[in-house]
Amino acid sequence: MEFDFAEEQPKFLMLMYGLIAFVAVVGGLLLLLDVVPAWFTRRREARLVAASASGAPLPRRRKQREGTVALFFLLPALLLLTIGLVIPAIRTTLLSFMDSGSTHWVGLRNYGWLFSENFVVRVLINSLIWVLLVPLVATAFGLIYAVLVDKARFEAVAKSLIFLPMAISFVGASIIWKFVYAYRGDDQEQIGLLNQIVVSLGGEPKQWLLESPLNTLLLIVIMIWIQAGFAMVVLSAAIKAIPADIVEAARLDGVSPWQMFWRITMPSIRPALIVVVVTLSIATLKVFDIVRTATNGNYDTSVIANEMYNQAFRYGENGQGSALAVFLFVLVIPIVIYQIRNLRQQREG
Amino acid sequence: MTTATPTIAAGTQQTDGPKSVAGRVRKRLNSRTATLVSIIIALVWTVPTFGLFISSFRPEDQIKTTGWWTFFTNPQFTMENYQEVLFGRSSSSGQLASYFINSLAITIPSVLFPLAFAALAAYALAWINFRGRDWLYIAIFALQIVPLQMALVPLLKFFSTGVTVAGVQVLPAWDLVDEQKFAQVWFAHTCFALPFAVFLLHNFISQLPGDLMEAARVDGASHPKIFRTIVLPLITPALAAFGIFQFLWVWNDLLVALIFAGGGDETAPLTVRLAEMAGTRGNEWQRLTAGAFVSIVVPLIVFLSLQRFFVRGLLAGSVKG
Repeated sequence: MEFDFAEEQPKFLMLMYGLIAFVAVVGGLLLLLDVVPAWFTRRREARLVAASASGAPLPRRRKQREGTVALFFLLPALLLLTIGLVIPAIRTTLLSFMDSGSTHWVGLRNYGWLFSENFVVRVLINSLIWVLLVPLVATAFGLIYAVLVDKARFEAVAKSLIFLPMAISFVGASIIWKFVYAYRGDDQEQIGLLNQIVVSLGGEPKQWLLESPLNTLLLIVIMIWIQAGFAMVVLSAAIKAIPADIVEAARLDGVSPWQMFWRITMPSIRPALIVVVVTLSIATLKVFDIVRTATNGNYDTSVIANEMYNQAFRYGENGQGSALAVFLFVLVIPIVIYQIRNLRQQREG
Repeated sequence: MTTATPTIAAGTQQTDGPKSVAGRVRKRLNSRTATLVSIIIALVWTVPTFGLFISSFRPEDQIKTTGWWTFFTNPQFTMENYQEVLFGRSSSSGQLASYFINSLAITIPSVLFPLAFAALAAYALAWINFRGRDWLYIAIFALQIVPLQMALVPLLKFFSTGVTVAGVQVLPAWDLVDEQKFAQVWFAHTCFALPFAVFLLHNFISQLPGDLMEAARVDGASHPKIFRTIVLPLITPALAAFGIFQFLWVWNDLLVALIFAGGGDETAPLTVRLAEMAGTRGNEWQRLTAGAFVSIVVPLIVFLSLQRFFVRGLLAGSVKG
């Protein structure tokens, strides 16, 4: 089957339909908003003229019209959010109390399953390891690097290097690291960088991704590798926002770089630090692509999001999949509450 | 991202001059370690990608038997892998050209729709007075925390069987086939992107000067007119920021595509195909390396050329909160 450009044409046609739909919807909406109120205005003006001519009290309807205009501005977003997010989220919650075919209520059985099956417990533990390690280590690397390259020569280039993995898909990153972890028998030449290093240090090559619990840690490395750039950029901006006179005053007092870091830098960037850790925690809880690409959740590496996908879309266990999704949601809530409280404290303080 | 000018950096270094010899030694050691550590970090962050990149140009037998670092002592260069992975004839070769087009067809509308809808909504939430405005904003803001996993099963059902209320079919099933399934993916991505998009754009739009809006209102400009002629031009950087954000997100997404696009070469994007190849042909490195780069190159170009906007958006979205 030679690659045939003609066969791809329906896709471009579909893309064109999509773009036409876009122009029609957005353009139509703006046009509607332009034309209809203008019509109303004209009518109201006519009524005003009539009212003033007959001496009747002048009608005032301005406020109500604002509401209608707002409704039209908000309509597409609200409609999509309701259909695509709010109703499905509620339905998922309901489904989590039903059986696999979503026909009978089973009470809390799916949640019982969550905490009793050994392999699910393993999944939960893995997720816990992920969410403990990724935010902390990624933030630490990002912070160290941001401090080290701050005001260094080639700062912009140095930062881009760390930041670049943010542009790479989780799938791509997983393949990159799978290649680093690649294994060949110990009588052969290694093609994976990690095994090559191990061998050149006199060790035995290993099948890294098959050994639990090491493999989970190696998958976590991928996530850290992707996310450290995010931490670095946000923290670097926070460091640069520290008022220069504070830094200068500390310098004049003869503060060592170490003290400077702990007494000046850290307290000043605390809000940014919290934001980074929280954002990374939430992203980590939902991690799916890495596990699926690198190991497909085998060898004890599965996490909640991956298991949710398997249950709901591979095994047709809608109830159990939904229970996992709800559990994921419940785990996110305390993190968000923590952040909101922090933000409020900042605004007051 | 602001970078200090060299003169300032030099000036601060001078005032920082340590007084004792021991202090000077320690400082040099410190900066040595600092440089070393930063170089090591930079290496760990670049070498894996670099190794994959080199490998993608090596002949198959070379990739599979020797490490990519031997390329420097024994350079052999080929474009075979890319040719094979993009346009290859056999079903195992990848046929990534087809998936590449799918990625494009999925990504472009999935960026445009949320961008436009969120801009409209953000404007209304920021500058039109109506009852319950703040509550509505908080509600949309709060939706950000709902993991998209919460929506997957019912949304898929919505597409495949439509909506029935008490046995009455209210909305029909979408019943899409082949490339029509793009519409499902656009729909899903648009829904999932909206909370963050509204939040990010609202951050920008609400900070536009109120006098400007007031003046326009006094001049008799309607809201749509203000939106088109005043707000849109002013928030272009924010639109760019979100656009890049959403582009990277959609192009790199696996989960949504996996569920709503199906796995065939009619609709599935690059990520789905690559993940599949990594699973079933995990040792065909000549295809995986080249394939990974095919998928990386577009976001990389977008990212590098528009990094400024992306960083600004990132900071606005995460720090100002």
